[in-house]
Amino acid sequence: MNHSEVRATASAQRRWRQIKDMMTTTTITAGGIGVLLSILLIFFYLLYEIMPLFRTAGIESHSHYSLQSDSPAIFLAMEEQAEVGFRISESGQVLFFQVADGKVVLEPDLPLSAPVRSFALESEDSRVFALGMEDGNFAIAKHDYKVSYPGDQRLITPSVSYPYGEDPLFLSDSPITQLAIRDSEEALVVVGVADNHLVGRRWNKEEDFLSDEITLVDETLNLPTLDINADRLLIGPTQQWLYVVSNEGDYRLISLRTLKIADRGRLFEDAGLSDVRFLLGGISLIASSDDGRVAQWFVVRDKARESGYRMQFVRDFKAKKVASNLVTEHRRKGFITLSDDGELNIFHSTSERRLLREDLDIGNIQSIAIGPRADTLLVETVDREIHTYAIENEHPEVSWSVLWSKIWYESYPEPSYVWQSSAANNDFEPKYSFAPLAFGTLKAAFYAMLIAAPLAICGAIYTAYFMAPALRRKVKPLIELMEALPTVILGFLAGLWLAPFIERNMPAVMSIFIVMPIGILLFAWLWSRLPVGLRSKVPEGWHPVLLAPVIIFIVLGCVEASAPMERAFFAGDMRAWLTNDLGISFDQRNAMVVGIAMGFAVIPTIFSIAEDAIFSVPKHLSYGSLALGATTWQSLVGVVMPTASPGIFSALMIGMGRAVGETMIVLMATGNTPIMDANIFEGMRTLAANIAVEIGETEVDSSHYRVLFLAAFVLFMFTFIVNTVAETVRQRLRQRYGNL
Amino acid sequence: MTTLHKNETDGLRAWFKRGEPMIWINASAVTVSTLAVIGLLVLLAVRGFSHFWPADVFVAEYQLPGEGSAVLMAERVESESVAIEQLRSAGFKLDTEDPFIERELVKIGNRDVYGSDFRWVLTRYLKEVDYPVDAVVMERREWGNFYGFLKALNTGDGRTDLSQGDAELWQAFQHSIERAETIHEDIERIEKKDIGAINYRLEKLRLKERGLELDTDLSDTVRQQRQMEIDAEIAELDAKYEVLQRELRELYQQWNRDTFIAATVAGDERELRVSTVVKAFRPNAMSGFDKVVFYVKKFGDFLTDEPREANTEGGIFPAIFGTVIMVLIMSVLVTPFGVVAAVYLREYAKQGVMTRIVRIAVNNLAGVPSIVYGVFGLGFFIYFIGAEIDQALFAEALPSPTFGTPGLLWASVTLALLTLPVVIVATEEGLSRIPRNLREGSLALGATKAETLWRVVLPMTSPAMMTGLILAVARAAGEVAPLMLVGVVKLAPSLPVDGNFPYFHLDQKFMHLGFHIYDVGFQSPNVEAARPLVYATALLLVVIIALLNLSAVALRNHLREKYKSLEM
Repeated sequence: MNHSEVRATASAQRRWRQIKDMMTTTTITAGGIGVLLSILLIFFYLLYEIMPLFRTAGIESHSHYSLQSDSPAIFLAMEEQAEVGFRISESGQVLFFQVADGKVVLEPDLPLSAPVRSFALESEDSRVFALGMEDGNFAIAKHDYKVSYPGDQRLITPSVSYPYGEDPLFLSDSPITQLAIRDSEEALVVVGVADNHLVGRRWNKEEDFLSDEITLVDETLNLPTLDINADRLLIGPTQQWLYVVSNEGDYRLISLRTLKIADRGRLFEDAGLSDVRFLLGGISLIASSDDGRVAQWFVVRDKARESGYRMQFVRDFKAKKVASNLVTEHRRKGFITLSDDGELNIFHSTSERRLLREDLDIGNIQSIAIGPRADTLLVETVDREIHTYAIENEHPEVSWSVLWSKIWYESYPEPSYVWQSSAANNDFEPKYSFAPLAFGTLKAAFYAMLIAAPLAICGAIYTAYFMAPALRRKVKPLIELMEALPTVILGFLAGLWLAPFIERNMPAVMSIFIVMPIGILLFAWLWSRLPVGLRSKVPEGWHPVLLAPVIIFIVLGCVEASAPMERAFFAGDMRAWLTNDLGISFDQRNAMVVGIAMGFAVIPTIFSIAEDAIFSVPKHLSYGSLALGATTWQSLVGVVMPTASPGIFSALMIGMGRAVGETMIVLMATGNTPIMDANIFEGMRTLAANIAVEIGETEVDSSHYRVLFLAAFVLFMFTFIVNTVAETVRQRLRQRYGNL
Repeated sequence: MTTLHKNETDGLRAWFKRGEPMIWINASAVTVSTLAVIGLLVLLAVRGFSHFWPADVFVAEYQLPGEGSAVLMAERVESESVAIEQLRSAGFKLDTEDPFIERELVKIGNRDVYGSDFRWVLTRYLKEVDYPVDAVVMERREWGNFYGFLKALNTGDGRTDLSQGDAELWQAFQHSIERAETIHEDIERIEKKDIGAINYRLEKLRLKERGLELDTDLSDTVRQQRQMEIDAEIAELDAKYEVLQRELRELYQQWNRDTFIAATVAGDERELRVSTVVKAFRPNAMSGFDKVVFYVKKFGDFLTDEPREANTEGGIFPAIFGTVIMVLIMSVLVTPFGVVAAVYLREYAKQGVMTRIVRIAVNNLAGVPSIVYGVFGLGFFIYFIGAEIDQALFAEALPSPTFGTPGLLWASVTLALLTLPVVIVATEEGLSRIPRNLREGSLALGATKAETLWRVVLPMTSPAMMTGLILAVARAAGEVAPLMLVGVVKLAPSLPVDGNFPYFHLDQKFMHLGFHIYDVGFQSPNVEAARPLVYATALLLVVIIALLNLSAVALRNHLREKYKSLEM
């Protein structure tokens, strides 16, 4: 190998080394930034999941066409997929048509005995309706759809069926000008207005034991005579209430059980009625006034009334123009208003949100319908033109006020904070109030801090400042080992061992809190009276070891004395005494158990940070203080503590953050009931435990799912902010020490 | 020492003024915290370890005043004294005025007879307490323990009963149990392994068939050919299955051959199959040494067996295995990423406000509640990435999800993300401890930055990385809340590693020690019976985590020692 070859290989090697160096730099930079970005991803992904909750609704025009009909529609509807529409005209003509293009699918004849005078819908869900006729009879029918998949293509076949037979039923001798029906397992109730009088009939369903055949037994309801015009009639789903509303806005609430007027009043102070509908579930009435307001009312219990009930105004919504057309959603507590000239508003009752306001600009409106999935809107204008719209409105139920304010939920006596995310029935009103959960979280954290803060900080002070170094080397790792203890174990012990133990030995637990400090001080005083010779056998800084037997003795003594105390002061059962004599409700898995268990989990966190803070205060500061004649305690309080206080503060903050986010302990050591009660003997449900309990059972991307993500986001932000503050404070502190 | 002497003349006021009481109060905080830790460990150890000890079984007559008498056979669990008022208000008629009455919880077993395993009795009404040596405790496959006496045994070789001598009968009974146990192992092997493998392959073939249907580009001949191949394979597997099924039927018959007659303490005799018994022993006849042997064996079974009876009996092997596998995968994921991020932050990034902010953010992520990571894992990994993977790679299995559902991989990834800050922080700390002059020396000798990093810095940081990893493992092993969302189940039908290709099933759900504690302690139908098992599981988990932490501490100290000498 000659000289130039050597140089060539050397330079090739150098180049190769440089390439390797560059590659390493790129890989590490890319990798490092990638990892750090992936951490950011958590934040952005949570945000991405919760954003749809606060989005407003959107609407998009799809198609329009005209329908051949002799008279305007009195009822419009769609089936589940919003593929087939259904229309009844004032003349009684029935039409099934393709929603997309208006092609007529079926045009069955209803068995009508006379011209139609009135229409009533049982409910959106049952699809049963009734038509009141000129001759005082009415016909009941149902629009029905069969779905089949011939050749993997969906085919929807509509039909009209007659749950009570094809023959019209008799209600009155005069024409029926208004009609309301309600069907249930037990009875069919029909109320109508004929000759300006209320006429009601009930068909009780009696089941034959042998054949399971149902026979109808009818009875007349003797409804009271009214002092207002019965312009609208509505019957609630439990068949208990009949609501009668006049065009002037007066209402009468009639009990169908007692057949008496239970309440009377006006829906609007100074305006008449435009339209009134049931909200989903038939509990709330949504009424629109003739001056552009929409109000929600429902029946609440009222002991002051003779009937025991009254109608309650709950909330109102503002439309710009008179909402002459009202339609309520089939699966949610939302509704849509449409003025005669096309101003569309989408509202949601519980969240008090207006999700959309839009001018349709299609001429005067005759009738509207919404698809069962609330994704399609059908509008008929007075000139028989049908317009279809796609609505995008995924999560109307959540708003700031739903999460954090008192909300008047249906059937509740007053506005309240409630978390109840699901129920067995479909027409349930979801209650997403974070208030009880946040309260529970803070309550658990508060009681935990109440236990942990004094123990950890006092312990840290002693360990850092007074303890003999040999002992410190043993104690510190032991307490820090606690930090690694899985919380599931603490939770399990709290729930299965501590909770029953406290319940059995409540006087012991109470007395420990009092006896312990007194006992320790007494021992300390006696110790200081001992002769010096004896005392000097124990070196400085070993106080905790001396105290160990004392504390064990006090605890055992209190537990031993628990039962006699219980007998002496609480008639043998402190729990019963608490409940009966003090009226404090007692839950076995309560805040005290959580406080102790979670306090236990938080102690090491606070302890180790606070201990570090105190220990790293430069020694010359306290030496100086001691040299000037201060006692050790004085130099601790006057010099060391002020210097270390930011560190202690940050220790408390970080401990607090941990207590707020802890899941397993609260999940296992409380009853997880979302109540707002500061009582130490009651349980709670925290944000974290709530997520753990509920997220497995929610539908992906539903409002509930996103609300749980929001809860996670709240937790994330809370702990992140708390920790950042703590960390910044700590860094400041470190700089300050640097200067000293 | 000076303060000690001054005390002589001072009174209480001076004592207070010097702050002595406060010092003592502070000292007591240390004592309370330390005692609480020790107490907790002792509580776990006592309850956890005592679970396997074969306690003596007593027979006694129990008669409450005004009620009929009954004979009990049971083992003591715990006792306490209760105020008489509480008992009176609970409806007991007592013929005593003692303020406190001792009562104890006893395990009576025989759940099929009594309806529950445990019962509270008042000690003072237990009469004629005796410890018969021939009292038998049988652990059964279902219905919990049986307490009673053995009367006779029917085996294929004929009948043995007490007339041939008690020792003979007991010997024969033990043999019969052993035989049944051996057959049971064969059955297990065939059912789990052989038939499991066939089912697994059948499922794969079904998916292949479905994939064939979905693949529209294939020509008809190819399609037919493939279909025929699949059909042939299915036929072959079916034939194998038939053979195994026949073999199994035979084994089951053999397994159920022997029966025995046992009597409860009340005298009810019943004939039971030996196959229902897992283990039978006579605690009262056992010597101390026998008990120790029994104890060790039972502890071994606890570690290596599968759970029985809705996890309330038997062992916890799948949970240990699941925990270990999950932690291993997590370690493989978290170490490189954590180290790269730390190296970037410390060695490559320009130090300034930005790195300070990033450092604080990383530090704070360690304080973000673990459930938040669980929620993120569920939403992002499972429902977003998992669903995409299913669409792309496992379309034939849809609508049943493969990776779009909680499983081992996602649990490991989620925990890796959760423990990432721990590794980053620990590695960074290690990097910052390496003396500057070492790095400069290496560079001065002409090494590139990468070479310095690779040859000098990283080897010296390795103990710090290990510390970080061990702390991460300890945290991951004890974490439960996020796992509940991303892959842990109460009972997994099979282990995530088995003999079926590809041997390692990342999409499977798995069992976990921490979740086992939560599930058995809080969601099992028979909490009382399961409690000792939960204590034992908790103890095991604590021991594992304590060992991991102690080794981390030891490594840290070792590391510090090493650099002390360098700094000289």
